[in-house]
Amino acid sequence: MLKDQDRIFKNLYNDMGADVKSAQKRGDWVNTSELIAKGRDWIINEVKDSQLRGRGGAGFPTGLKWSFAPKEVGSRPHYLVINADESEPGTCKDRDILRFEPHKLIEGCLIASYAVQAHACYIYIRGEYFIEGQKLQSAIDEAYEKNLIGKNAAGTGWDLDIFIHYGAGAYICGEETALLESIEGKKGQPRLKPPFPALIGLYGCPTIINNVETIAVVPTILRRGGKWFSSLGREKNTGTKIFCISGNVNNPCNVEEEMNIPLKELIEVHAGGVIGGWENLQAVIPGGSSMPLIPKEKCETLTMDFDSLMAEKSGLGTAGIVVINKDQDIIKCMARIARFYKHESCGQCTPCREGSGWMWRMLERMAKGEATKDEVDMLGDVTNQIAGHTICAFGEGSSWPVQGLLRHFKKEIEERNNLDPIVQKKNNIPYLVDQHLLDKKNA
Amino acid sequence: MSLRRPAKNQPETFEFNSSSIKEANKIVLKYPEGKQQSAVMALLYIAQKQNDNWIPLAAMKYIAKFLDMPYIKVYEVATFYTMYNLSPVGKYFVQVCTTTPCMIRGANKLVEACKEKISDKENELSNDKSCSWMEVECLGACVNAPMMQINDDYYEDLDKEKTIEIFDKISKGEDPKPGSYRGRLNTEPENNRKTLMDVKNA
Repeated sequence: MLKDQDRIFKNLYNDMGADVKSAQKRGDWVNTSELIAKGRDWIINEVKDSQLRGRGGAGFPTGLKWSFAPKEVGSRPHYLVINADESEPGTCKDRDILRFEPHKLIEGCLIASYAVQAHACYIYIRGEYFIEGQKLQSAIDEAYEKNLIGKNAAGTGWDLDIFIHYGAGAYICGEETALLESIEGKKGQPRLKPPFPALIGLYGCPTIINNVETIAVVPTILRRGGKWFSSLGREKNTGTKIFCISGNVNNPCNVEEEMNIPLKELIEVHAGGVIGGWENLQAVIPGGSSMPLIPKEKCETLTMDFDSLMAEKSGLGTAGIVVINKDQDIIKCMARIARFYKHESCGQCTPCREGSGWMWRMLERMAKGEATKDEVDMLGDVTNQIAGHTICAFGEGSSWPVQGLLRHFKKEIEERNNLDPIVQKKNNIPYLVDQHLLDKKNA
Repeated sequence: MSLRRPAKNQPETFEFNSSSIKEANKIVLKYPEGKQQSAVMALLYIAQKQNDNWIPLAAMKYIAKFLDMPYIKVYEVATFYTMYNLSPVGKYFVQVCTTTPCMIRGANKLVEACKEKISDKENELSNDKSCSWMEVECLGACVNAPMMQINDDYYEDLDKEKTIEIFDKISKGEDPKPGSYRGRLNTEPENNRKTLMDVKNA
């Protein structure tokens, strides 16, 4: 288990209070101006040395992302945007940072803004987190009062303004370009890339977009050194991470742990074990709902980091672990996830808009045992037609969980759904668009 | 995609009251000059607060003028995002999360409680006209599942009895306390905490 002194978010459960004084006691804002005085290159290099990878799901190296910002500010200003649109089912880590460690985030914003030469920073919070947004706003007000942000922020000579922008219940706005569209006051439909936001982003200006957790760990990395951060975890998968363990466990919780921790340790030690015992485990979704599930056999030895999960054809994503035990109907669970994606598709690309609903309807039928034999393969076909054929990664996100189900639980689906193809046998199947053909004699 | 249609009965006019105007002007200042369109989401939210938790078409027209942008662009935004209510909802607007992490911990029991206590169907006002409920997608409190949101507040770690208790309090006009209903501290593992023990006991 990670030692307590190596934990970055010491106030994860709000034992100490989130105000600026308590935050300063925990070490926030202590020597911010010294850190910034070491210069832009030092900051970016230190973040590169730490091998910090984005915590929002894609795992892109943060230092590298920052270095994409133009070196000189041209006619267009630079922006820093923080993605706090946490909507991935299974994930609730950013909520705790916004509520209980807002000063880590604000200090991180100042350092990151300096590193990418931005004078304005927008924090995009999902609309449902209204209370969390208010808590963050009061922390921002405190910081302005103490001159930690604003003109000559924290005595660094850098000017920074931080604004909160609320979303309004669209999952897709967690996609970075959809998020920018949303800040610009439009529908949150993702943009084509390239151009990448680092060159043409918010209002057509160079924009760096980072997840809340990524930015909030930066001040601690700079204070304790990139070497310290990279000594935790393993090569290319370094540092600590907040894991959210939900679902059928005895004590669902958020916990900060070292990368590469065994999944079994997270579930057994921190979350109090699977309900009904380890033997009752059916499958685990390792990184938020878009990541393919992993069956019990593999959970025994699985370690939680970007690359080892990739090797299992899944991913760390946001590290939102959903534990599903044998009391649950796995097909129904995935059908519900498919319904989520059907609801949240932005409707821009046809494969995703139509395919997500199609997958949902098929899975609902399969959960009830009303599907035909050939539909199992058809479902796999639909997922392949969506993934890779859309503007943003939502297409992959919606089809991966279904592909995961087909990969590991195909037998269960086939056992339950052994009806003959509809043209051979006249079954009265609700939802079937072509039912009228079956009702005719010569169909 | 979710299908969303404006209500049939629409008020003729809508105007911001003085406190809304003040708030709206403050929000427009957050964005660079000439980019006032960015404020449209926040202004729709203000309109919704002012108008008993729903947005009439007249408000969209008003906001379009306020921000000097085409009406259709405001309409697009209002119909795209699911948190804008386009038809009247209860003063207490209950949203039950039923996505998988909540579902496997028994969110259907919460839905049952809503059906018993509020109304049979989603988006229908209760008998005393104060409440309505709907199922929503993930609200981002999966560790505290099952949970629901009433207006701005989250009610977590619920079961059917506790949900009914909350609804009873609401119908009496009391404000139930938000947060965990099993008495645990935020997102800590209940009775099983192994980390940060020194700060807990400090």
